[in-house]
Amino acid sequence: MEASVPPRLELAGISKRFPGVLANDQVSFAVRPGEIHALLGENGAGKSTLVKMIYGVMQPDAGQIRWDGETVSIANPRQARRLGIGMVFQHFSLFEAMTVLENIALGMDAKIPARELESRIRAVLAHYELALDPHRVVSTLSVGERQRIEIVRSLLLNPRLLIMDEPTSVLTPQEVEQLFVVLRQLAAEGCSILYISHKLHEIKALCGTATILRAGRVVDICDPAEESSRSMAEKMIGGNLKDVIKDKGRSFGEPRLVVDALSVPAIDRFGTSLSDISFSVGTGEIFGVAGVAGNGQSELLLALDGEVPVAPSAIVIGGEAAGNLAPGQRRKRGLCAVPEERHGHAAVSDFSLSDNTVLTARDRLGMVSMGLIRSGSARSFTDRVISEFSVKAQGAGALASSLSGGNLQKYITGREILQNPDILVIDQPTWGVDAGAAAAIRQAIVDLAAGGSAVVVISQDLDELLELCDTLAVINGGRLSDKLTVGEVSVEEIGLLMGGIHGTAQETTIGAGAKRAVSA
Amino acid sequence: MLYLMPVAAVIATGILGALVFSLIGYDGVGAVREIFLTPILNPLKWQDLAIKAAPLIIIAVGLSIGYRANVWNIGAEGQYILGGLAGTGVALLTRDFSGPWILPLMVVAGIAGGMAWAAVPALLKTRLRVNEILTSLMLTYVAIQLLNYLVIGPWKDPMGMGFPQTVRFTAEQTLPRIVPGTIIHAGVLVALLVALGAWFVMARSVFGFQVRVVGAAPNAARYGGFSVNGTVWLTLLVSGGLAGLAGVLEVTGPYGRMVPSFPSYYGFTAIIVAFLGRLHPVGVIFAGLAIALTVVGGDIAQTTIGLPNAAVGIFQAMMLFLLLGSDILVRYRFRRAGTAMVGEAA
Repeated sequence: MEASVPPRLELAGISKRFPGVLANDQVSFAVRPGEIHALLGENGAGKSTLVKMIYGVMQPDAGQIRWDGETVSIANPRQARRLGIGMVFQHFSLFEAMTVLENIALGMDAKIPARELESRIRAVLAHYELALDPHRVVSTLSVGERQRIEIVRSLLLNPRLLIMDEPTSVLTPQEVEQLFVVLRQLAAEGCSILYISHKLHEIKALCGTATILRAGRVVDICDPAEESSRSMAEKMIGGNLKDVIKDKGRSFGEPRLVVDALSVPAIDRFGTSLSDISFSVGTGEIFGVAGVAGNGQSELLLALDGEVPVAPSAIVIGGEAAGNLAPGQRRKRGLCAVPEERHGHAAVSDFSLSDNTVLTARDRLGMVSMGLIRSGSARSFTDRVISEFSVKAQGAGALASSLSGGNLQKYITGREILQNPDILVIDQPTWGVDAGAAAAIRQAIVDLAAGGSAVVVISQDLDELLELCDTLAVINGGRLSDKLTVGEVSVEEIGLLMGGIHGTAQETTIGAGAKRAVSA
Repeated sequence: MLYLMPVAAVIATGILGALVFSLIGYDGVGAVREIFLTPILNPLKWQDLAIKAAPLIIIAVGLSIGYRANVWNIGAEGQYILGGLAGTGVALLTRDFSGPWILPLMVVAGIAGGMAWAAVPALLKTRLRVNEILTSLMLTYVAIQLLNYLVIGPWKDPMGMGFPQTVRFTAEQTLPRIVPGTIIHAGVLVALLVALGAWFVMARSVFGFQVRVVGAAPNAARYGGFSVNGTVWLTLLVSGGLAGLAGVLEVTGPYGRMVPSFPSYYGFTAIIVAFLGRLHPVGVIFAGLAIALTVVGGDIAQTTIGLPNAAVGIFQAMMLFLLLGSDILVRYRFRRAGTAMVGEAA
């Protein structure tokens, strides 16, 4: 560290303890002015605790935060903003029914007249070449545009350090590129960026330095350009990364699940309607549904698993019309599902794992006799899930809420897969799950398909879909593209479909042209 | 903590009650003694406790099942009245018959009456999304008017010297006493069986599981294959049916005929019992006894120290208020809204 220019932000020996956990243990690193610095780590490694202390949401138990070489204590986010620290959260806090301008005005500490604020917003938008209309209502905006609101909100304060928490998890590949252009421009102007992510190829493309956290400690500070994605991942998990093992010459049998012209009206004005979705998945096939969040993925899951009934002929399970069947009846016919939201949907947080097993496995596995629950068989099945999916839990009696996100996801996935379904529909299988657990879940999905089941994987993580799936289609605005074969399609093409160019026969030519336009 | 709070609420009610009634010029300590202690210390009052607790327990068990599923039936009083009326209707039709089938038939009619009254809110809730709190409560007042119409009009005892009441039920239409020499009738036994049965059903059956899932996480329930509308129907029918059962047991037991004073707020008081019993059937047994204590004790205090009739209601309300209030305080902490500003000057 050159003495002449003190680092913009320096952490020295920061520790934070929660009851039973040491979230951060003697964390030290520094971010230079104009540097894009990655903070890498698995879920629960202590990234968010650390960031909360930098942004003044929490106070460290020990250690110092230095800002431009001076020791500071950051009592609250307002003070952090005053120092020049801006933050873009992973989950946006926006009012759907208000305009961009109104949302930004609400988030400002100082009261600025609307006209002046608007001209300042337009100046920021023009400077960074961001496309956003201040008078649009938020509910009409895409996720990428919503993120731009948050970015503009931070940039209005002329930040000298911008913290980005998992900013690309909701973006299409093209939107990610646009974001990177803005971030590089910001860095060139001297703003430091603390970039939190677990997407290693993005970090290699963007960041100059990476601090890797594991179990609350800094395990390495490295130059991403000199590391491989694999070596960084292994530092993150502290072990060898397991690849998903997939047989090469796989063949698919007859169609198991056929979806034919499925249309579902939107539940409310902020929901997405599904229109005219058709696809079929054969035995042994893993079919992926790619797309940016909020384009109808959760609606598709609800229609497939029966939580929202549809026209009988729209969903055919094993040759039998099933669109009007309830979830329990579909499960008896072999269709199991894992929704995205773990707490309160895929599992009941206040219930034991054993009771959560009864929730979906009771009929397929005979856990009910004469209206009474056979708790013994529920418990033994739960024990099997725990051991076969290495779920870290204090037995079948543990409350679902006591499990970490990754462990609960392993339990839920295991619960459905061990019921040996003919069809599995799974939404965001590894969302918020650490790399080790994610690999285990993906392998289990592949193994299930190898056993002859048809699998539908809905995911916003394109890398995951490309790794797992044999075929995929892209959902955008409630419409599904034609089925594409993984290995024959490029990431750019998928990205364009995610951005709204539909891959129907008459549009593919337009899609191909647009692709050239982008890469040029 | 969960099961200590109700006990603490009862004790706090005693202390606060003594204070409040002293302040407004009554013998506060005496009132609390008469209400909470005399019925326990005087063995002659135990039978009163039992027969007052029985309908409260039966109704509260039904309500607690519904409340577990977040189905808020507030109109148990109306369902209780309809149960009594249905039983009375059968009694009036079977006066010229005899046989052991009459009483069971009356009981079945009472359950059906309560269910029918609860079916109205269920239908409105599932079809038109009308809030069941409002509909079930308002139907209570309809039930009271129906009762008044019947006992003043078509059902009035012609030999009753103009009193608005039905004829007295025959022996075969009356609930047998189960403890000789007391007023304890078979309804007390039924209350215990209902509570224990509900405990078993809630803990072990798919129905109990369904109720708990729908209450805890409606989306998970739908995903697990349970119909939320179906649960609304089931829980309203069960709670209405049990309120109706309590009604028919009251009219065939202590009353022996239908009278205008039949609505005795059991249906409303049972709401307090359900919460005091932590929505658990066994807890409801104890809570039912505790609330029956205030009812019996309140009667004693009226005669011995001239406490007004409304005092009992105040004690019961205080108990519910303190219980719900302390629940909130145990679960949440006070924080000054301005804490984010503290340290601003630093």
